[in-house]
Amino acid sequence: MAVTGTPAPTPAPVDDDRPRTIVAPVAFGDRVFRGLLRGAGLAVLAMTASILVFLVLQALTAFKAVGIRFFTTPTWFISTHQFGIAAILPLGVVIAVIALIIAVPVGVATALFISEYAPARMRRALISMIDLMAAIPSIIVALFGLYFVMPRILGFDSWLSHHLGFIPVFSFGLQNYASNYASATFIAGVVVSVMVIPILTSLSRQVFSQAPQGEREAAYALGATRWGMIRMVVLPYGRAGVIGASMLGLGRALGETIAVSFILTPVFAFGYHVLESGGNSVTFMIATHLLEAGPTEISALMAAGLVLFAMTLVVNTLAAIIISRSRSGATASAD
Amino acid sequence: MLTQESQPRVPADAGPQGPGQKVRISRFTPAGLMTVAGAAAGALGLVWVLYERVLPLSGVLGFWLSWYVVFLLFYVAMARIQWDWREVSHRLATVAFVTGGTLAIVIVLGQVVFTLLRGSGVVIHGNFYTQSMAFAGPLSPLTSGGVLHAMVGTVEQIAIATIFSVPLAVATGLFLAEVGGAVARPVRVIVEAMTALPDIIAGLFVYALFILTLGLQKSGLAASIALSVTMIPIIARASEVVLRLVPGTLREAAYALGASQWRTVWNVVLSTARSGLATAVVLGMARGIGETAPVLVVTGVTKEMNFDPLQGPQMSLPLFIYNYAHTEAGRAAYIARGFGAGFALVLVVLLLFTIARMIGGSAPGQLSRRQRRRLGRQAAQG
Repeated sequence: MAVTGTPAPTPAPVDDDRPRTIVAPVAFGDRVFRGLLRGAGLAVLAMTASILVFLVLQALTAFKAVGIRFFTTPTWFISTHQFGIAAILPLGVVIAVIALIIAVPVGVATALFISEYAPARMRRALISMIDLMAAIPSIIVALFGLYFVMPRILGFDSWLSHHLGFIPVFSFGLQNYASNYASATFIAGVVVSVMVIPILTSLSRQVFSQAPQGEREAAYALGATRWGMIRMVVLPYGRAGVIGASMLGLGRALGETIAVSFILTPVFAFGYHVLESGGNSVTFMIATHLLEAGPTEISALMAAGLVLFAMTLVVNTLAAIIISRSRSGATASAD
Repeated sequence: MLTQESQPRVPADAGPQGPGQKVRISRFTPAGLMTVAGAAAGALGLVWVLYERVLPLSGVLGFWLSWYVVFLLFYVAMARIQWDWREVSHRLATVAFVTGGTLAIVIVLGQVVFTLLRGSGVVIHGNFYTQSMAFAGPLSPLTSGGVLHAMVGTVEQIAIATIFSVPLAVATGLFLAEVGGAVARPVRVIVEAMTALPDIIAGLFVYALFILTLGLQKSGLAASIALSVTMIPIIARASEVVLRLVPGTLREAAYALGASQWRTVWNVVLSTARSGLATAVVLGMARGIGETAPVLVVTGVTKEMNFDPLQGPQMSLPLFIYNYAHTEAGRAAYIARGFGAGFALVLVVLLLFTIARMIGGSAPGQLSRRQRRRLGRQAAQG
């Protein structure tokens, strides 16, 4: 029998509110309905699988041409079959790591500020603002990075290399011209961090705000200051959520294309001097080379994309598992 | 006194606190404020003398970075004179989080303000909305040429992508929330992992499928499909969250009246979650509309108006920005046009976001207070 219109009245609440197990024969219509929904779910799985399949198929030519050397060759000479991702993949990872080194402390601090310190009146506005910023397209970040950050950060780069150059990462082997600091891995990392901060803040804030009120009050009752309460209750409660959020941020940073291609000029040798001009990443190679590529290079780019896809899939899946296993993260969502 | 209300209902300086009122943990005091101000001023003086006059240091950003570090140190020292360590660490944390959080928010907001400011000089010309770039060259003034072709492309592509992705994504969300079972677990994990799929991979996939395997041309349709690949997981994830908020009692009521499962979902679950689902869809659109990397590789760049998404290159707003502010950047007018398109794109995203907030409360899945009350009433008395 079908019910139409508005939902019917619920039965009066019972004292014993455990859900009853409903045993009912599944009707034909329901079987079709469930089949359809299951089909939709499987279609999403199939979509992911077909991305993998198509990338693998397209990448075969490149793998046949260079074999395992694809992972050990830093150069990108297509015609002589000397191409690989030994430089571009780690260079891209360095960008993502720089972005995270900046974004995790800033994001967590901002999340704590919003959830614990901001006046209750401002909180709602701040939350919507951060959520909105997480939805700002990366091309806007790229514009900001190329035309605002880059001209202004060169002096700071020079300052870092002069005064902190004894730290190997900040050492600078080139001449001290502004152009030698431009388009560097470090700048790309800073710009990507501007993109990752809102995502990380939004996720961490959701987790922090769920720290149980009872435990907070217990901490206060034991004489904790607000910082003491945060250290004892909020941070331990949110730890797994923050780790998961950071990994999602890492996935985003690894896959970021546009901001990176606005900033970088390509190099094909791995170096850890992040202040020196030039950098690379798989996404950057695909965005700049795919449209002018011949068949072998297309295949090589597909292979590089496949490696990146596999890597981000692993990182994101781990993040999803960490979040869903944690006490705090079961209801936090990525968007 | 012990049971604190989660929301303070009284103004901060309301006299002696009665029972049931929020106990305020911290409050601004003259001594506290002056300590902060003193530390800031003292640090500024010391850093100026050392940085500019004594030590061989230079650089504006480095100056303020040093100032901030010295400020925090001064603050600790000055607080230590007045309070014990517990109080000092509490106050240091407060100052650090408030300044750090405010700074981060200003920077994040700054990127949008920057784009709006740089773009505002272009968008005041009426031709920006009514012309394509077909008759505007690199040296043309801003009073000729515009983004109409990119706007048409964006609207068509996002419309097609929404038509493709919404049924599949909402059905997937329903599957995860209503059917479940052994298949649901891997689907949920994959959907979550795919929400952060690198956007260029979607473009690469469509490139491999459409252009290399099927031998089709680059077109707006290919871009739409790339966009729906990125939008499906986002909408599916958000709709699952929304559907889970539908009270189980409503479902049980429908079952108790003898409704079948699909009737229950169709008449009860979907109509209860309607606004939340709309929010999920609009947020998905907001994400899709700004995606640049997928459209970069599957639609060509063009200056011409192209209404037909099935053939020929079709411009879109993100691609317009990419082209004029990066690939062909060099002419000031081109960069300015790129920022103009950025202005338009930011406004579109803001608009979509506001719409999403208006129909769906504060976040995907969070019902507005009125909706929650209505649901509560319905659940309680029908």
